[in-house]
Amino acid sequence: MNIAALDRQAWGRLSVSRSDCLRPERLSDLVPIMVDAPTSGLLAVGAARSYGDVGLNTGGQALLMERLNRFHSFDEKTGIVVCEPGVTFHDLCSSFLSRGWMAPASPGTGFVTLGGAIANDVHGKNHDSDGSIGQHVVWVELLLPDGDYRRVSRTQDADLFHATIGGLGLTGIICRTALRLLPIPGTQVLVQEERIGNLPDFIAALRAARDTHRFSVGWIDALATGPALGRGVLERANPVDTKAELPALRSRWRMPARTPGWLLNRHSIAAFNALYLRRVPLTGRDRERSLPDFLYPLDAIDGWNRMYGARGFYQFQCVIPDAAADAGLPDLLRLISLRQSASFLAVLKTLGGDGEGVLSFPQRGFTLALDLPNRRDTADLIQELHAITLDHGGRVYLAKDALLTPAHFRQMYPRWEQFAALRERIDPNRRLTSDLAKRLELP
Amino acid sequence: MSQIPPTTDHMTDTDTATAHTWIVLGASSSIARAFAQQVASEGHALILAGRDTPDLDIAAADLRIRHGATVAVVPFDALALEDIPAFVERCTVLAPGGLSLFVAFATMPAQSELDQSAAALDRMIRANVTGVAAVLNAFAPVLETQGHGHVVAIGSVAGDRGRLKNYSYGATKAALHTYLQGLRARLCRHGVTVLTVKPGFTDTAMSFGNPGMFLVASPQALATAILHAVARGTLVLYYPRFWQLIMLIIRHIPERIFQRLNI
Repeated sequence: MNIAALDRQAWGRLSVSRSDCLRPERLSDLVPIMVDAPTSGLLAVGAARSYGDVGLNTGGQALLMERLNRFHSFDEKTGIVVCEPGVTFHDLCSSFLSRGWMAPASPGTGFVTLGGAIANDVHGKNHDSDGSIGQHVVWVELLLPDGDYRRVSRTQDADLFHATIGGLGLTGIICRTALRLLPIPGTQVLVQEERIGNLPDFIAALRAARDTHRFSVGWIDALATGPALGRGVLERANPVDTKAELPALRSRWRMPARTPGWLLNRHSIAAFNALYLRRVPLTGRDRERSLPDFLYPLDAIDGWNRMYGARGFYQFQCVIPDAAADAGLPDLLRLISLRQSASFLAVLKTLGGDGEGVLSFPQRGFTLALDLPNRRDTADLIQELHAITLDHGGRVYLAKDALLTPAHFRQMYPRWEQFAALRERIDPNRRLTSDLAKRLELP
Repeated sequence: MSQIPPTTDHMTDTDTATAHTWIVLGASSSIARAFAQQVASEGHALILAGRDTPDLDIAAADLRIRHGATVAVVPFDALALEDIPAFVERCTVLAPGGLSLFVAFATMPAQSELDQSAAALDRMIRANVTGVAAVLNAFAPVLETQGHGHVVAIGSVAGDRGRLKNYSYGATKAALHTYLQGLRARLCRHGVTVLTVKPGFTDTAMSFGNPGMFLVASPQALATAILHAVARGTLVLYYPRFWQLIMLIIRHIPERIFQRLNI
């Protein structure tokens, strides 16, 4: 198998990570790769849509799984699809949505691979209704660090299964998985959009939407202050039984490779945010849209992350438990808008409960996510946001994170010791490793 | 060391084709995979032929799930010349609606390895030249009787001139190009077109990590270009197009100068 020393970047483009890359095209390519894994460690990676360093393995080997992307079988009665880990959410959409099946949980971009999705136990805009992806994984076939190939599930090697959900790629190479898709009557959703004037109204509206709408998401103007803190647009959606021809995935826009960082500043972003709010009339608006169009709004812009320039950007995403949300969310937003750290819209969603994985991110509560351009004081701001999150009993999402300290990580993810013990058992020589694992000092 | 077990759920051994069938030889290769996806999305039936039948079974399942395609898997080894007649027979039975051929198997060992090992050299020639010619010879009467259809074979810009960097491999492609010219003449009298594809750098498993590549094309882009070329009746396709100009220049550099070039 050819090896290429390649520079890779995460979606936040904060750093360049050089790894020895291998790109298998058949499942049979994988066993020798694991057996020959170097001491510098190996990490299976997907579409590089995570923002921080969860998908980076600087100085080690990166296994590019994107060409292991075939469907093996689909059961029309149960909705269970068996496939390789390189299959993307766009693949699932184009193959199954018009047949009446949707991915049970979908991240904000359809380019994410299923392997990466399982490794981060991704959630979407329907978490209260349907949970995160791990809850719909029936089994995973893992190539373990010792070369053993095993199917794990809730009834077979359950501890390894639950460590693999949200397991950051550190429990084994996912070779095949069985995922249960959910039935959906059509390809379209009816999206109700309305303007929300402030944060308390937003929190109340999202809470109420849990019972009335399958999907909900709030877009918040992160620069608004004072009484307008937390103003934005709320989108709530339910599936409808309209079946429309899904347009072929094709970027409508392309972000130029070299975008000057000064393009994004407090003023241009404030202007954009204001316009974005105004696209929804004061009285609100109902629109029927295709599900992928609703779920993946930014996928139409090829390389939108380049908008932040060469310095890149951080993504901060946390969850604040329900009981603490009324205090915690204003604390976070006030600090962000105070620092005028020039972020586009922040995303606010509700989460319904815990994920199944040992290191799963979701908790019942509210999750806030936003981009923060990489400026001189951004890292400090983010540490303050981490502290606020911790104060309110919440945690940070590792798929987005680039700055969490080991101490904060252990407080936010109390089951880390259970994960560490399992890792010691199945990977004593640390054949699988990542930059995130090293940064968090995951033993 | 454990093997990843072959999958057997929901796979049928054969699906009888009634539409026009593309037989993809070397179907596990990167270019062939991309071509098979596009051809299936256009509604054609497929026969996937190669040595790695577990992999081909998976590829077939994927094509059926994504495109509802009719796909059969038939084992094929270009080095097993004695099995070719039976292979042709099997394909003919599986493709009653007529067949076209897509030949995408080859090996590309490093020039240094070929310099030192006569066995490696022999194997490459047998795979890249003898195997292709033998299987196309065996299908030629079928195509002549059929009176329509296409033959597409993947050559290479490396076959346009012997270069210091890869002349042994280039020689096999040059041989292939000449063979295809003759086959083209033979089959055009029966309504069958022969397309020689000469890719420049393509992003495949074979080329992954190779130094000195530039403007590398994706297998998907190449497959799309091939399908367009087939539809237009093109006989020789350089992809990306600028390679036609590059090779025109390269072919005309005087030998006395060319021998000293480090390309």
